[in-house]
Amino acid sequence: MKYREALRAALDEEMDRDPAVFVVGEGIGERGGSYKVTEGLLAKFGPNRVIDTPLSEAGFVGLGVGAAIVGQRPVVEMLFIDFLLLAGDQVINQAAKYRFMSGGEGRVPLVIRTQGGTGNSLAGQHSQSLEALYYHIPGLKVVMPSTPKDAKGLLKSAIRDDDPVIFIEHKQLYMTDGEVPEEDYLIPLGEAEVKRAGSDVTLVAWSHMTLKSLQAAEELAAEGVNVEVIDLRTISPMDIGCVLDSVRRTGRLVIAQEAVKRGGVGSDIAAMVAEQAWDSLRAPILRIAGKNTVIPFNLALEKAAVPQVADIVAGVRSVVGAPART
Amino acid sequence: MTSVTPETVLAMYETALTIRRFEQRAIEQYRVGNIRGYLHPYLGEEGIATGSIAALEPSDYIVSTHRGHGHAIAKGHEPRRMMAELFGKETGYCHGRGGSMHVASRSVRNLGANGIVAGGLGIADGAALSIKQRGGSEVVVAFCSDGSSANGMWHESLNLAAIWDLPVIFVLENNQYAVSTPIRDSARIEHLSDRAAGYGMPGVTVDGNDAVLVYETMQEPLRRARAGEGPSLIECMTFRHGGHHVNDPGTYLPADQLAYWKGHDPLIVLRDRLAASGVGEAAIAEVDERVERVMDEAVEFATASPNPSLEEFLAEVAS
Repeated sequence: MKYREALRAALDEEMDRDPAVFVVGEGIGERGGSYKVTEGLLAKFGPNRVIDTPLSEAGFVGLGVGAAIVGQRPVVEMLFIDFLLLAGDQVINQAAKYRFMSGGEGRVPLVIRTQGGTGNSLAGQHSQSLEALYYHIPGLKVVMPSTPKDAKGLLKSAIRDDDPVIFIEHKQLYMTDGEVPEEDYLIPLGEAEVKRAGSDVTLVAWSHMTLKSLQAAEELAAEGVNVEVIDLRTISPMDIGCVLDSVRRTGRLVIAQEAVKRGGVGSDIAAMVAEQAWDSLRAPILRIAGKNTVIPFNLALEKAAVPQVADIVAGVRSVVGAPART
Repeated sequence: MTSVTPETVLAMYETALTIRRFEQRAIEQYRVGNIRGYLHPYLGEEGIATGSIAALEPSDYIVSTHRGHGHAIAKGHEPRRMMAELFGKETGYCHGRGGSMHVASRSVRNLGANGIVAGGLGIADGAALSIKQRGGSEVVVAFCSDGSSANGMWHESLNLAAIWDLPVIFVLENNQYAVSTPIRDSARIEHLSDRAAGYGMPGVTVDGNDAVLVYETMQEPLRRARAGEGPSLIECMTFRHGGHHVNDPGTYLPADQLAYWKGHDPLIVLRDRLAASGVGEAAIAEVDERVERVMDEAVEFATASPNPSLEEFLAEVAS
């Protein structure tokens, strides 16, 4: 099943299960969304639960917050994470703070589905990896699945969660294929998964960078370097315990992220591991990350702005001290 | 127009007086250091919350603003738990986590005051959408201000409510100043309610210091909203009795305007309405005394209440 079909299946099942669940966003009804995730939902569930909006990003995110407060379970689709900035107040000042500021009485069971990342030559306002902004905000959960199976199980959990969840997909993942269980299942928020077991080095990634990391691990295996690839799946809450356990076994940590290096989630992981597993480290921690740049339009420049498989291979090699192939 | 009974006028008088005395007591407590932070008085604007909320059912919702004590009290929040929240105490509505600008309660269907001007208007639309999806007949009153009408969120929220026929009544409290900026410097039109036409909804401007008039003006928008005919905008003209917040002396407010509006105080207008309705002085004195007792008790309750537990907070945030 494709990633986008897995997302659609999650929405379909949750809307079947709970009449409080509805979807709202730009061009998600008849058109089925730009990435075709909501295709068919309008025909099945009708315009009361599949709602096309005007280009009022702050307005319809705020609408989601309000509907959630009074007991609905809205799934707001934001076409690009870049556009979510238009709703910054609604996400950061309203949704994220409502439960706390109301003394714990209020709940905002809101999911904002959006997508980010490079790869389509869409330039600086349609290609960003902005997860660190939302990771930084107390009161938000941030989910970034890499496989169809995870996408489905995590979206279902996000919809059932009582707190606001920023659910970030990646534009390079929608057409990827993977096994998805037939039976009903959930993947809990806040659980990382070891996608490939290894003993020489811990390689932490999330979203599309997980796929690149697994490819890098394959190449390195051929050289005799045994890489453990951890897919965080949820970056907030983060399963740092899974990373620490792995680092205590391997003694080495590499973090691969598509987002710009400065102030990124990877920097925080590096800090936490340095604080909590310093005495296990046999080599300096390495962050492989996007350049500190606006994403360029030209495809070759765009590729150079974010880590590629070869960059990860080279980075891991440098940490394990393996010689470069000649 | 709906005929307003003397009992309703007297109840409105009690609400408006409760708001007035609550804030006067809160300001006293602020001055002696028992309340900290921002406190935005509603002094002089009580007619709007009083009249508009008197027209609602308990099952209706409100969305409030940073100047929200009046809305909360009119919607049924207990003054003592309000005062306790202003004190930052555990017994307050938000257990000392929110304070003056964030009072909310499910029990009275107040979806919350808000520290961000226009920040709550989308929430109002969302609650209204939910009512519509469930086939309910409740209404959401979204309080907003002349200042908020300059914000993009105001536009987006009115437009979304209009296109989907959401049961929202936007009650715009035009106190004519956004902090220190007069509305004439922020808008080219005399009546902000004229903007309603641009969204395809009815709009009207009324004297917000006449609670009875506000109550009457609410009737048609309420009928429309409950019938699924969509939102309305009511602009209520008013004026602050002082600065933007308790530490702003408001020296920019022109003396002649201030004198006019203080002479047209919502409580004076309500007293005139009471006299015209034939309500006797004895009944009014009874209300006056009761409100004083409630306020004495509110201050005592807030003073005697414990602070939030530091240990509990630290346990909540441990990670």
